[in-house]
Amino acid sequence: MATLLQVDDLVVEREGRAILRGVDLAVEEGEIHAILGANGTGKSTLAHAIMGLSGYKPSQGRILFAGEDITEKSVTERAKLGITLAWQQPASFEGLTVREYLEIARRAGRDGPRIEECLGLVGLPPRSYLDRTLNDRLSGGERKRVELAAVLAMNPRLAILDEPDSGIDVLSLDDIMEVIRRMNRAGTTVLLITHREEFARAAHRASHLCGGRILKTGECAEVVRFYKNFCKECTHINEPELEAVEEGKGAPQR
Amino acid sequence: MLRSGERNHAQEFAALAKVLERVGGNPAALRNPRVASLVVHQNRVLGLNSLPGLEMDVEPLTDGIRAHVTVKPGVVIPDPVHLCFGVLPKEGVQRILSTFEIGEGARASFIAHCSFPNAERVQHLMEATVTVGEGATMGYTEVHYHGPFGGTEVLPKATIRVAKGGRYLTEFRLTQGRVGLLALDYDVHLEEGAVAELVSKVYGKGADRIAIREALHLEGAYARGLVKSRIVLKDQAQAEFIGEAVGIGPYSRAHIDCTEILQGKEARASAIPKLLVVDERAKLTHEAAIGSIDRKELETLMARGLSEEEAVETVVRGLLR
Repeated sequence: MATLLQVDDLVVEREGRAILRGVDLAVEEGEIHAILGANGTGKSTLAHAIMGLSGYKPSQGRILFAGEDITEKSVTERAKLGITLAWQQPASFEGLTVREYLEIARRAGRDGPRIEECLGLVGLPPRSYLDRTLNDRLSGGERKRVELAAVLAMNPRLAILDEPDSGIDVLSLDDIMEVIRRMNRAGTTVLLITHREEFARAAHRASHLCGGRILKTGECAEVVRFYKNFCKECTHINEPELEAVEEGKGAPQR
Repeated sequence: MLRSGERNHAQEFAALAKVLERVGGNPAALRNPRVASLVVHQNRVLGLNSLPGLEMDVEPLTDGIRAHVTVKPGVVIPDPVHLCFGVLPKEGVQRILSTFEIGEGARASFIAHCSFPNAERVQHLMEATVTVGEGATMGYTEVHYHGPFGGTEVLPKATIRVAKGGRYLTEFRLTQGRVGLLALDYDVHLEEGAVAELVSKVYGKGADRIAIREALHLEGAYARGLVKSRIVLKDQAQAEFIGEAVGIGPYSRAHIDCTEILQGKEARASAIPKLLVVDERAKLTHEAAIGSIDRKELETLMARGLSEEEAVETVVRGLLR
């Protein structure tokens, strides 16, 4: 498989503090690649930097998409190349209906499924939801499902899903995972950001992010085991004692 | 005085209907005998159609009209009553003095289309006294259509009294073209269990000046009210919003909600909530947000392929919808 997304030595600083400290990552075309890590380790920052959001401009390193350097490209330019992001906490829009939002996504994409189908796939009956407004009256879980439906409608080359499992009831996690698999079968490469190891297991490969660096990339089971054994109890958010981890001495403790 | 069913000044009528059509309205409603309507150009009544249970007495003034609208008790008017006001020339004055009486248990809604497509020096003055009877419901939507010159002074003033268990729902919308000056001033008095919802949506451009004051006087127990304002300002436009609520009746509730979006560095906005609780069992709340469009909203739409300009347009359109 060819590399679709390549991140080289990426450094992103926020408010004078380095959140990503030299991330190297390669995501193969057609895979579901999980980024696994505890809260506060830089997972969302990585997602936002790849999407090109304001405030997440790298101070070092580069991002390549299908071989093209996109480090300086705008969010819109990246979206037009086929990259999109589903936010962990999606935005609310006053006066914009679910139908309009999904139609915007579908128009920008690669002939995705009909919007009614997309809503159905994420467990929201189209009749009840298409004409609802994307405002605070939708619950957080409903809003996240709409976000996934928008990605389905767009049918992008690369979907960055930032914690699609958060705010979703435990019983529905399998359904959400099935939606992600379906997205992947339809030709979308998925960068799946999560701190939930059982969710990461559904990916083809995974990378473990800690302290703003990728500590390990490989088969899911192997990375999950690494995360579980070495880093789950890590308290060194953003300041890992990498040497200790690399030498296999276990999670550095403070 | 024009009687129901009469129509004159065909040319002006057609011109106003054309403006209405151009901005997405339904001019056919003005000619439908089953839909009540009143069409006024400056001080000339061009069309008037009442329905059983709905009386509209209209008297021309030198600079406008005086209208008395009555919906008899228990009468339900199924379709919105269309009120079409406007000044077509570049200059002129239109003063609308009106009283609305919605009888006990009656239900009626009104859509006022106010068109000033060529205004360079136009005054549009409205003074309304509204009485919504016990258990009655009145809806009043006022939609403005302005040309590009910003040459209108729009000065709507209304005093509304809603009797026990009555409902008054109003929306003021000025989002097309440039107004010049808007000074809206509404006072709503709510008796026991009465409900009012006041929504205003305004897009200020150029050198527009916008002043909105909406006040809820919750006089009866369990009276409830919402004042919601959405204002978008670009260029050098300025706006001041004052949302007032007075909680006099026990267990009365009101919420003031204002969002003002600034597009550009020269626009100015302020929001002033004024809440007064007289009975300690009343509860009044407010929220206001002033600033540029939320970056996350824009970037969400951009991540779906819209350009930044398209994303701004989409957010503004939604807010003012």
